[in-house]
Amino acid sequence: MKHIINCLVENQPGVLARIVGLISGRGYNIETLNVGPTADPTVSKMTIVVPGDANIIAQVTHQLSKQPDVIEVVNMTNRRHLDRELILLRVAAANHHDRAEIVDLAALFMARVVGVQTESVTIQMAGNQETVADFLRLLKPYKLIDISRSGVIAVGRD
Amino acid sequence: MKDKKTTGKADEPEQPGRTGAQCVIDGLVKAGCEVLFGYPGGAVLDIFNCIYDAPFNFVLTRHEQGAVHMADGYARATGRPGCCLVTSGPGATNTVTGLATAYMDGIPLVCFTGQVALNMIGNDAFQEADVIGITRPVTKYNFLVRSADELPEIIAKAFHIATTGKPGPVVVDIPKNVQKQMTVATTPEKVTMRAYKPDVEINPEELKDFAEMINAASRPLLYAGGGLITAGASGLLAELARKANMPVCTTLMALGAFPEDDPLALRMVGMHGSVAANYAIDHCDLLISAGARFDDRVTGKISSFAARAKIVHIDIDRSSINKSVHAHLGVHGDLRKVLDAVTPLVRPAAHEEWMGQVAQWKERFPFAYQGREGELMPQYVIEQIYEVSGGKAVVTTDVGQNQMWAAQFFRYTRPRTFISSGGLGTMGFGLPACIGAQFGRRDELAVCITGDGGVQMNFQELVVAVEHRLPIVVVILNNGYLGMVRQWQELFYSKRYSGVMLSQSGRAPNEQIQDKGGYLPDFIKMAEAHGANARRITRAEEVTPALKEAFESRQTWVIECIISPEANVYPMIPPGSHVAEMINHTV
Repeated sequence: MKHIINCLVENQPGVLARIVGLISGRGYNIETLNVGPTADPTVSKMTIVVPGDANIIAQVTHQLSKQPDVIEVVNMTNRRHLDRELILLRVAAANHHDRAEIVDLAALFMARVVGVQTESVTIQMAGNQETVADFLRLLKPYKLIDISRSGVIAVGRD
Repeated sequence: MKDKKTTGKADEPEQPGRTGAQCVIDGLVKAGCEVLFGYPGGAVLDIFNCIYDAPFNFVLTRHEQGAVHMADGYARATGRPGCCLVTSGPGATNTVTGLATAYMDGIPLVCFTGQVALNMIGNDAFQEADVIGITRPVTKYNFLVRSADELPEIIAKAFHIATTGKPGPVVVDIPKNVQKQMTVATTPEKVTMRAYKPDVEINPEELKDFAEMINAASRPLLYAGGGLITAGASGLLAELARKANMPVCTTLMALGAFPEDDPLALRMVGMHGSVAANYAIDHCDLLISAGARFDDRVTGKISSFAARAKIVHIDIDRSSINKSVHAHLGVHGDLRKVLDAVTPLVRPAAHEEWMGQVAQWKERFPFAYQGREGELMPQYVIEQIYEVSGGKAVVTTDVGQNQMWAAQFFRYTRPRTFISSGGLGTMGFGLPACIGAQFGRRDELAVCITGDGGVQMNFQELVVAVEHRLPIVVVILNNGYLGMVRQWQELFYSKRYSGVMLSQSGRAPNEQIQDKGGYLPDFIKMAEAHGANARRITRAEEVTPALKEAFESRQTWVIECIISPEANVYPMIPPGSHVAEMINHTV
């Protein structure tokens, strides 16, 4: 199972390398990683998606928690939360027919067409991991020219 | 406004404060440093300029690895943080093995490394290395100092991190220009780090459950690790053990944490541990890990380790609990506090049947060896070191057979008297660690038990012992082999001795370099060339007189013992095996 781990860290040089090195050095995989500032400029938030069973995730969490740079570690998967990933993708649309279908599909997923070229369209889409996976599956019949994914971010809910 | 003319230095620009280099000295003094081990170089010239009149001793080692191991040995022998200083680039990379050694065993030390000037970093400058990147996985923490203004606080933080929680090595990487910068910043009295909270609140529920499990057990066993020594909780553990009548086995790292001559002592557990300790692990119904971490050299096959027992794991490091072995109860906290709190909740118990069983194992299977005709047995040498020293010595070891024999045939009764690289298993550790230990414990007899392989890895440091008139005694158990690797090749690789022969006769064809045979180097000449006293012994009757002379002389000695070449360490539980597969050729 994939776990979304939110990690508040000191906003200092070298912290990202330390966290990534810690996880990879112990043989765990990082599926996505997102880092950004928080309301407090001295604190950064890392969102790490790690696949693994409960033991592996517990190890990752404890190893992260003991780092002198890590302020707080929360496994979002274990609590009510919202998660989103942003994807930008360019899909081949050689003719009017393909383009119309792609645009329809995008509309169903509340994705936005952000660019139209003669032989392709560029789409921006945001959703949780499941929705993003569904959208990409439905786009399978079309030729994907390029895709960029932000990695998952998550926020807790009451 | 100040009238500068009165100082007589009107023309000089006023530079308030101190240089970064001076801040390093201040920080060391504040941390209570009494001896700094190190090696100079271009990127630390400014710090060395300040060391010239610093109020602590500086020990010039002959290799940076030696400096870290000495700081490590000092820390293990005293409980105080070791301090070392090396230059950038190769100086810093030479510390990596020493840092990793200390990291694996949770030893507090602070290592200062020089770095090229900030504006040169990343330019492949002369003697530049990404020390922060290289040392990150082998240190508890590391700092790159970007300005002299932050240096005093960083040094205070470095010592704080190194010595609190589960201790460990910390690197402070100081660019050359930062050493020259002026600052008015001073070392803070107290360090605060919001993200680093080494003090753990103990969960009272866990304590209650823990006590209940002890009270309910009929075959309880204490399994003590190096954390017991770190926490200074030996006395508290003994108190608990005696109150509930629980036998105690110790890891290699915990030798001396529980007196090995105590009736409750089962001595060392694990691959080369005592039969009684390993049988007790297999038969107990409650296993209490106190500051140990279920290393694979202790557990063997995980699935059958302590299979009949409920496991309680006390550890200051939360990530250690459930890491390799599932604990039925994890108690997260400082061992001192946990033991102090749990003992009053525990009822006195006799455990007669269990104690009888354990006593029988102890009686039947002591550490033993069979002599070989005309050969000096290494185990005998260790026994004599114990006898002649009256059991009062600080023993350091290298890694392999010498280490295991030293663990088995000396009886350790005090914490911080057995000093060995347990986790990383670093050859070349013994000699510099012995020097470091002697610097910290001047009144003790310091003995390094090493092999002919390991001692060659840092032999150059013998000079340091001689120069500083340290009365260390280095006992080289010379079997002409890299003995432990040879033992594995004998047992598991059909005696195909590959890459293990230090003597030149009998080597595999592709290793032969001359057909004359013989052994190089001559350790006696080598020791004498370094200024030490030296003696080679080949017969059992020479051992005691040689040790007596060396121990009484209060001078640096090297005693080379030509031992039985193919003596093995037994008992042995083959790696990844259950205790039932133990090989024991001594009974």
